[in-house]
Amino acid sequence: MSNDPILVQGGNLALRRDYGDHAADALRDLRRSGGAVDFEVEHHHDVASTIQLGFWIYLMSDCLLFSGLFATYALLNSHTAGGPAGSQLFDLPNVLIETMFLLFSSFTCGLATLAMNADRRNATVGWLAVTFLLGLGFISMEVSEFAHLVAIGAGPDRSAFLSSFFTLVATHGLHVTCGLIFMAVMMVAVLKKGLTPTNRARVVNLSLFWHFLDIIWVGVFSLVYLFGVAH
Amino acid sequence: MNVANEALAGRGPHGGHGAHGPTHKQYTIGFALAIILTVIPFALVMSHTVAATPLVIAGFALAQILVHIVYFLHVDTSEEKRWNLMALLYTGVMVFIVLGGSLWIMHHLYVNMVPHAMHGNVWK
Repeated sequence: MSNDPILVQGGNLALRRDYGDHAADALRDLRRSGGAVDFEVEHHHDVASTIQLGFWIYLMSDCLLFSGLFATYALLNSHTAGGPAGSQLFDLPNVLIETMFLLFSSFTCGLATLAMNADRRNATVGWLAVTFLLGLGFISMEVSEFAHLVAIGAGPDRSAFLSSFFTLVATHGLHVTCGLIFMAVMMVAVLKKGLTPTNRARVVNLSLFWHFLDIIWVGVFSLVYLFGVAH
Repeated sequence: MNVANEALAGRGPHGGHGAHGPTHKQYTIGFALAIILTVIPFALVMSHTVAATPLVIAGFALAQILVHIVYFLHVDTSEEKRWNLMALLYTGVMVFIVLGGSLWIMHHLYVNMVPHAMHGNVWK
């Protein structure tokens, strides 16, 4: 069993306190008493929650990365260098549709987690697929917005405002793209291997990542698009 | 933020389920609130009302972020989520310092530098 080495190692660590150097005796006692079984269960739970906390801390550091980009945009958005300002470029109805794509995808991602918790494999993959399509809709709208801006001469090289705009919004878009790849991989993994503990932990992390990206988007549509047009 | 978070967490996710896993109700409530908190600021800006000030927009954004954190990310004050909450609060403080500090410092820099810049080369 692949868990054995971890179990023994963990057992040693835990038992050193009580048994000194007689780890072998301690392990034997532990096995006799049936403690090993409880220990293994606890160990699994520990690892899953530690992985989740680790992923959470990654998300928080990603949040700091975005706060730097938000600060840069907030400082540079008035520096248009004689070029177009946000109010002349942004198309709010389009942004609202993009926002709805992402918001609905966040909801369906939550439904995928619920289906997974209810041990419904096909429903899990199904909701992940819906989430994937909604995310793809968001990304394709964003790419066509960028292509349009570049085509009319409002690319990232036009002004400090546009440089910071493209950096902030494209960094978010890149994250969403990575999320889509993550999601595609998880759909295949769940279909092939089922809802194993590893796959479950990964789908939970995926949904945390996806919800996190929606939170960043709330900042983007408020600070960039709504502020830009309201000014 | 802490107080608001606890207030939201208090009436939201603890409703009658155990420590394991979110509920359908939670996602539905969060989704409905998020839709409302998105549509209102968009409507305010798109209809060019005077109410569409940066402060109002930022308020709606902050409210929606709290809704996402509580109903989608399921951060609460329970023992097992304690470190998640700590990391989140710490990040909140850092984001405040990075954003607020940058704007504050650069505002002062502009106020002091721009009049000189208008007279010609800043570096002379």
